[in-house]
Amino acid sequence: MTRALQLLFFVFVRVVVTFVLGLNVRRRELLPEDGPAILVANHNSHLDTLVMMSLLPLSKLSSLRPVAAADYFLKTRAMAWFSLNILRIIAIDRSRATRREDPLAACHEALNKGEILILFPEGSRGAPEEMTALKKGIAHLAEKNPQVPVIPVFTHGLGKSLPKGSFLLVPFFCDIFVGEPIAWPGSRDAFMTTLGARFAALSTEKDFAPWE
Amino acid sequence: MTLLPIHIAIAGIWGILILASLIVFTLTRLQPTADHSELVQRTTSWWAMIAVFTAAFLLSRTFSIVIFALVSFLAFKEYLSMIPTRRADRRVLFFAYLAIPVQYYWVSSEWYGMFAVFIPVYMFLFLPFVMLLSQQTEGFLKAVGTLNWGLMLCVFSISHAAFLLVLPVDGPGSVGGTAASGAGLLLFLVFLTQFNDVAQYTWGKLFGRHKIVPQVSPKKTWEGFLGGMLTTTVLAVLVAPLVTPFDALHAGIAGAMIAGAGFIGDVTVSAVKRDLGVKDTGALIPGHGGIMDRIDSLTFTAPLFFHFTRYLYT
Repeated sequence: MTRALQLLFFVFVRVVVTFVLGLNVRRRELLPEDGPAILVANHNSHLDTLVMMSLLPLSKLSSLRPVAAADYFLKTRAMAWFSLNILRIIAIDRSRATRREDPLAACHEALNKGEILILFPEGSRGAPEEMTALKKGIAHLAEKNPQVPVIPVFTHGLGKSLPKGSFLLVPFFCDIFVGEPIAWPGSRDAFMTTLGARFAALSTEKDFAPWE
Repeated sequence: MTLLPIHIAIAGIWGILILASLIVFTLTRLQPTADHSELVQRTTSWWAMIAVFTAAFLLSRTFSIVIFALVSFLAFKEYLSMIPTRRADRRVLFFAYLAIPVQYYWVSSEWYGMFAVFIPVYMFLFLPFVMLLSQQTEGFLKAVGTLNWGLMLCVFSISHAAFLLVLPVDGPGSVGGTAASGAGLLLFLVFLTQFNDVAQYTWGKLFGRHKIVPQVSPKKTWEGFLGGMLTTTVLAVLVAPLVTPFDALHAGIAGAMIAGAGFIGDVTVSAVKRDLGVKDTGALIPGHGGIMDRIDSLTFTAPLFFHFTRYLYT
């Protein structure tokens, strides 16, 4: 039943993403055909997760798992139900005090099952269309799963359409740049440097219209 | 279903498309090493575009109007995605988008008076008012100017093509009043505008020497422009009896006007792209670029052809 609801919801999402927004995807062929894989993207808007999930065919929906903060996405009962059953997030506990085991355990398990994780290493949406420092959790995840390809995806325009703190969706075409998969370089620092460099390169591929 | 002249005209367009596809196919066979991918993509996209318009023409008038509203929406979205905008104006842009369904509602309700003034008067006055509510004056004039210009180009201009569908035309050759003749005029306008683009391009490729506005659009030549204008005018005179109430003289004038205005619309959008430093307005139509790249000529031909027809035949 929830699977059917999920499918229905994402068919609706795809219609909105295609007609109201409109995506211009560069190098779609670099997206993984099967898991395990990790997609990492910059974070500007609540639309990010939905758009990232729309990039892969509907048949892959059941193996897509966005990784999201428990304190935000499980805040209310309704939101928790939606996050866990429709988005099917892997909830991460961000508060250090209550952490006993590896906070990424559920992510490792999902990768072992061959699922595709979607991560936003900036952690928060922040100011729209501006990238902030990347958090290191992704490096820990990549270190534990060195064979899993990490694919950087840079999006532009979603923060213009629906920035943090707004409920008014304003249509804009959105640019999506898929990067080459990153192989595990041997150390967490090297991984973070590579990831940062990839995002820097992807984000300067096109001159975006100023938005101030 | 009775076979109307407009059906013959649509069949003729498909004939041209099939012929063009055969030529492209032969070309790829004769020169297997050369890169024809853009030409092939362009032709494939023409199939999709002509299929949508044929379906719209045959299904219903309302469906055709909805298709034009959608074209306006896509073009306006492309325009707003391409130009510099201000964060503070998100709500203003939202209202500007809402003008699209309203404008096309005036079309479908055949209210010419409101159709003609809604965007140039009411939206023109309303948008700066909403914009000043955010009290951000820096860049105000540029923001309101570019927004109104985009609305005029993508929505107001293009909606004139759709209004042809409901224009009560009379005169010799009109097919019993409104519906059929309106569709015929729209077909005449869209077909000749698009045909003229291709004709000017082809003449320019074959004989192009003398550039017209090299700083704006380096590939536009006098040879292409005049050759295209001649072809389009001749074609206009030939097809007018089939789908319009025009006599030969009026058909010739309409054809030449479409060729001239189409050229100006094309280079105007080129100037905008050059100013913004982009090559294409988008990537919606493979081989063509964005939707604005495809309808740039129509933004100028539609209102001019509409008023030409309205003045002489209603």
